[in-house]
Amino acid sequence: MAFLEVKDLKVHFPIKGGIFGRTVDYVKAVDGVSFEIEKGKTYGLVGESGSGKTTTGRAIIGLNHITAGKIVFEGKDITDPRKTKQDFRKNVQMIFQDPYSSLNAKKRVLDIVAEPLRNFEKMSKAEERKRVQELLELVGLSPESIVKYPHQFSGGQRQRIGIARAIALKPQLIIADEPVSALDVSVQAQVLNFMREIQKELGLTYLFISHDLGVIRHMCDQIGIMYRGRFVEEGTTEDIFQSPQHIYTKRLVAAIPDIDPTKREVHMQFRQKVKEEYEQSYHDYFDNQGLAYSLQPVSSTHYVALPEKG
Amino acid sequence: MSKKILEISDLHISFHTFAGEIKAIRGIDFDLYEGETLAIVGESGSGKSVTTKSIMRLLPTNNSEIKSGKIMFKDKDIVQASEKEMQKIRGKDISMIFQDPMTSLNPTMTIGKQIMEPLIKHQKMHKSEAKKRALKLLDLVGIPKPDIRIKQYPHQFSGGMRQRVVIAIALACAPKVLIADEPTTALDVTIQGQILDLMKELQKQIETSIIFITHDLGVVANVADRVAVMYGGKIVEVGTVDEIFYNPQHPYTWGLISSMPSLDEKNNELYVIPGTPPDLLNPPKGDAFAPRNPYAMKIDLEKEPPMYKVSDTHYAATWLLHPNAPKVEPPENIQARMRKFAKGVK
Repeated sequence: MAFLEVKDLKVHFPIKGGIFGRTVDYVKAVDGVSFEIEKGKTYGLVGESGSGKTTTGRAIIGLNHITAGKIVFEGKDITDPRKTKQDFRKNVQMIFQDPYSSLNAKKRVLDIVAEPLRNFEKMSKAEERKRVQELLELVGLSPESIVKYPHQFSGGQRQRIGIARAIALKPQLIIADEPVSALDVSVQAQVLNFMREIQKELGLTYLFISHDLGVIRHMCDQIGIMYRGRFVEEGTTEDIFQSPQHIYTKRLVAAIPDIDPTKREVHMQFRQKVKEEYEQSYHDYFDNQGLAYSLQPVSSTHYVALPEKG
Repeated sequence: MSKKILEISDLHISFHTFAGEIKAIRGIDFDLYEGETLAIVGESGSGKSVTTKSIMRLLPTNNSEIKSGKIMFKDKDIVQASEKEMQKIRGKDISMIFQDPMTSLNPTMTIGKQIMEPLIKHQKMHKSEAKKRALKLLDLVGIPKPDIRIKQYPHQFSGGMRQRVVIAIALACAPKVLIADEPTTALDVTIQGQILDLMKELQKQIETSIIFITHDLGVVANVADRVAVMYGGKIVEVGTVDEIFYNPQHPYTWGLISSMPSLDEKNNELYVIPGTPPDLLNPPKGDAFAPRNPYAMKIDLEKEPPMYKVSDTHYAATWLLHPNAPKVEPPENIQARMRKFAKGVK
């Protein structure tokens, strides 16, 4: 049994119109997405902005209303946030994209990191303080930081505070929504290394959302590629990067800038070729509404959205 | 080599804050040649954006100060130019593409008006003439149906399309110098590739020089002819793109290249440059990178290294290049790159 199972998830946002503010149509942000994550693994969700990757992540943790589908966490149905037990909230945490806006500027680090502890654990002031200091040490910040405010830290340090808050309750699943997109390369390396370290130490499972394929490749065991609310391809990291099957994936992989200046001509020609192929064969891969078909297996781990044969 | 178009020498810029004077730029020199793309890389706070904003004279006047130095453009020192003279240069001879296409366009004006603005102002074009040119520009940057799009507002465009509009505005007067400050950071990979290809294509057509600011080395490898690496308000290494990627000399450049997640091999641990960037409120004595540099020597903490010449196009500021310096072994991946360089990169 999978650790987290998402079955045919749909999240539709209503568009209100007219004088009465009636619902005139829906934006189908997530339109039938299914995947499973194994315990202790990292699952990467890739796609361009507006493809529904963040909405999927937020729906799992209960921040977005789910229109249809089912989410099963350790065998328990957690689709309806009103019916879920407290311990699910404890077990699933989120790291947000922007370390500048995801921390309350008016609160001290102690209060920020202790908030989940105050919600779920009954701790005395002294215990709480000790735990927060331990957490900060774990993420590589000095214990004296607890009396400082977020603006006194750099971007990378702030992201570490966000991570300390996310792991405060020893969760099992962390949804990381573009955790390093706002950071410099050198700081990015620090945060990525650190995330892998605590994954081993605490046995965490990650749902890693990003549009940076270099980072995804570095971090993830399995990858799902989203386009307009649907999966176009799903497979292990090798499947996706070594033998991409869907034209959209091919184009995405071709667009990764290569850090080799000598290959740039070759690379650009290749990119042009893939672009032409994309334009020519667009209709073979997408239906008349421009949406992806449902997934068909290519191998036991690799699925591609192709029209059904015949 | 072709002609110099922009010459910056011994530039010092400070910001006055309540905490004291922040020495953001501490003496930089570089030249920009006609038709080339120079990439400036470095982490946030290294002074990349401050340098380029000073070329446009866009730094806030109330708290920033160009302490000394010269920015020569067409025999004119931009540092000394009056605001009125600058208004003639901005958008005409030197223009800029900003990072965020969501905020750099005026939401209350149609994009047609925004493209026509510099044409009417700088080239004294008639309105109908400017409109024709705007349509042509939109077509040039690859926006379909320009005659409909020209009447639309920025919110009706996607991120990639907006950045194309920004490029169209920047290129409207065929500037000599185009400054692109992280133009693709806010965009998705596929769109990023398209925008980079477009910029390269247009550069050939109108023969502009581009200063490209980014922290993404992948992008640098794709677009740049030469690269300048900045650290702590100084340029620590400058060279052609091959020299920087395959024969880097400064330990900071080694660190930057090593900390990129590589697509070739899936290694488990990324290299991390230890420590934090220097506090420019009290800049350190000696080499600013020394406290984070595993190869630092005693002299690094006492005296600033001069720029050593590696080749005619390649300079680096590190004591490791001093003839008496001990031989050090760069990290393994850098050595592999250097071996490739020694064999001839092509």
